[in-house]
Amino acid sequence: MSCDEKVDCGRRRLLVATATAGGVAGVVAAVPFVASWMPSERAKSAGAPVEADIGRLSPGEMMTVEWRGKPVWIIRRTSEMLDQLAKLDDLLADPKSDKPMQPEYCKNVHRSIKPEYLVAVGICTHLGCSPTDNFKTGAESGIAADWPGGFLCPCHGSTFDLAGRVYKSKPAPDNLEIPPHRYVGDARIVIGEDTKGA
Amino acid sequence: MAAGDLDKFKSDGTRLGNLLEWVDARFPATAMWRQHLSEYYAPKNFNFWYFFGSLALLVLVIQIVTGIFLVMHYKPDASLNASGVPVAFASVEYIMRDVPWGWLIRYLHSTGASAFFIVVYLHMFRGLLYGSYRKPRELIWLVGVVIFLVLMATAFFGYLLPWGQMSYWGAQVIVNLFSAIPVIGPDLSLWLRGDYVIGDATLNRFFSLHYLLPVLILPALVVVHLIALHEVGSNNPDGVEIKKKKDERGIPLDGIPFHPYYTVKDIVGVVGFLFLFAVVVFFMPEGGGYFIEYNNFFPADPLKTPQHIAPVWYFTPFYSLLRAVTFPLFGIDAKFWGVVAMGAGVVIFFFLPWLDRSPVKSIRYRGPIFKTFLAIWVVCFFILGYLGVLAPTPGRTLVSQICTVIYFAFFLTMPIWSKLDKCQPEPERVTSK
Repeated sequence: MSCDEKVDCGRRRLLVATATAGGVAGVVAAVPFVASWMPSERAKSAGAPVEADIGRLSPGEMMTVEWRGKPVWIIRRTSEMLDQLAKLDDLLADPKSDKPMQPEYCKNVHRSIKPEYLVAVGICTHLGCSPTDNFKTGAESGIAADWPGGFLCPCHGSTFDLAGRVYKSKPAPDNLEIPPHRYVGDARIVIGEDTKGA
Repeated sequence: MAAGDLDKFKSDGTRLGNLLEWVDARFPATAMWRQHLSEYYAPKNFNFWYFFGSLALLVLVIQIVTGIFLVMHYKPDASLNASGVPVAFASVEYIMRDVPWGWLIRYLHSTGASAFFIVVYLHMFRGLLYGSYRKPRELIWLVGVVIFLVLMATAFFGYLLPWGQMSYWGAQVIVNLFSAIPVIGPDLSLWLRGDYVIGDATLNRFFSLHYLLPVLILPALVVVHLIALHEVGSNNPDGVEIKKKKDERGIPLDGIPFHPYYTVKDIVGVVGFLFLFAVVVFFMPEGGGYFIEYNNFFPADPLKTPQHIAPVWYFTPFYSLLRAVTFPLFGIDAKFWGVVAMGAGVVIFFFLPWLDRSPVKSIRYRGPIFKTFLAIWVVCFFILGYLGVLAPTPGRTLVSQICTVIYFAFFLTMPIWSKLDKCQPEPERVTSK
């Protein structure tokens, strides 16, 4: 719009400037409302570490504890289960755990501190369902004739091996998350905290 | 049609007449009545398909009224009560068992949700059949698609409130869809939930939105939808403009006043609808597990996903689009593209008025290509909807991928085939038997 004698350009500039300032103030006023949707201080502090007693877990069994409202699995793997892990590399999307889904000290073939015990967040990396354990092998599992035992997500069919590594060509993009954890003695695990105190 | 003095009511001297004159001098009551009812001329050849607009309005009223009364007993609280049951879940059980007539109000509301989608899907399909989205009714259609989106959001927020297993894990999956968006995704889904998992914060904000959207936003959009409709006038099964042929008073020759003709006709539709609605409410309120899913009779358990989770039936066609994408593209993983497919499945309706290049509007005069393609598309929509409630298997995924391609191809190739189709000439005026 051009300025001619019918338009008071000084007034127009003032109007545009005040309207802009008013608009900016309006947007700024939305900040507290939008920010109020972020996790509250209470929700953040609820993420405190939890302790689990793994003494009663026999080989081939798993238990679930709650950490930050999420299921955390602790699985005591048998030696046959552990032997399987190295043979699956060709079938897995990220067999070497290259993506940062685990603390550095769990970036190994069994994805754990002690090979026997796997600690993993039981939330599918696809859309957040909790996969179901199926430790039976072969056709008996009802999944596949060559199923070596692992986890099947009921929502979209992603499958994970006994180290929480995701199979190729499944909806889930990443391996299951390994939470920071450390051992307190032989039979107790603290989840949500490691030796670095993170 | 400005409300000039001509539209003002002149009292005949009675008390009631005086009152109306007094109001009319201050508010355009008579003018509005005439503009939208007694002198809104609708085509005289409306058929069965034209029930669903007014039925959608009826269901909206049912949902608002029952919803207001449910809120008087419901508690949006995820904490556990003394017996270890989440308070929200327990309050729904309380409505069902202890509140006088609570079971009826709740079943009216839960059945109403499914009825809303049945009626709206049929209403939208009517638009497809008769080209009601075509010029000059593009804005009516666009507002309609926005209403559909708001309806989906409302239904999704509402489904979390009973705090059953299906409520919980359904919300978990849908909110996590947003985490698939590159860069901002994880923070966005955290912001939506207000916690690291679906929890009390999520329940309370969904409750707030489940009140805001249907009580304030939806009625406002419906008013815009109707004002836009009454500005250009209704389409009809012949897809011809009745405003082209008017009598000497400027009234369309093929138009009849909405009131009393269509208000009375719509009452027939209402009675028929209420018959079917009552059958469901009183004899099969769970709708065979489709209207209220079995897993929702278990309280939400954040540590355990049910063996089989599926969204409620009205979301399943779009959910199937999501699941059909199982391969990464352009270096971004399948999860993101699945979300894109699902979103595009709804958003593509916005473009329909400009994708259709056919010289005629109504299916009555369109050629074999449109009829065949529309039939195939409808079949695909049903197959996608059916597969969406089932657990995925490789075979089913393949079928849903084929249907997904057809679903989108119908729209994307429409500019080409809608021009090629052998149409019959439209009649000058509407036809009716």
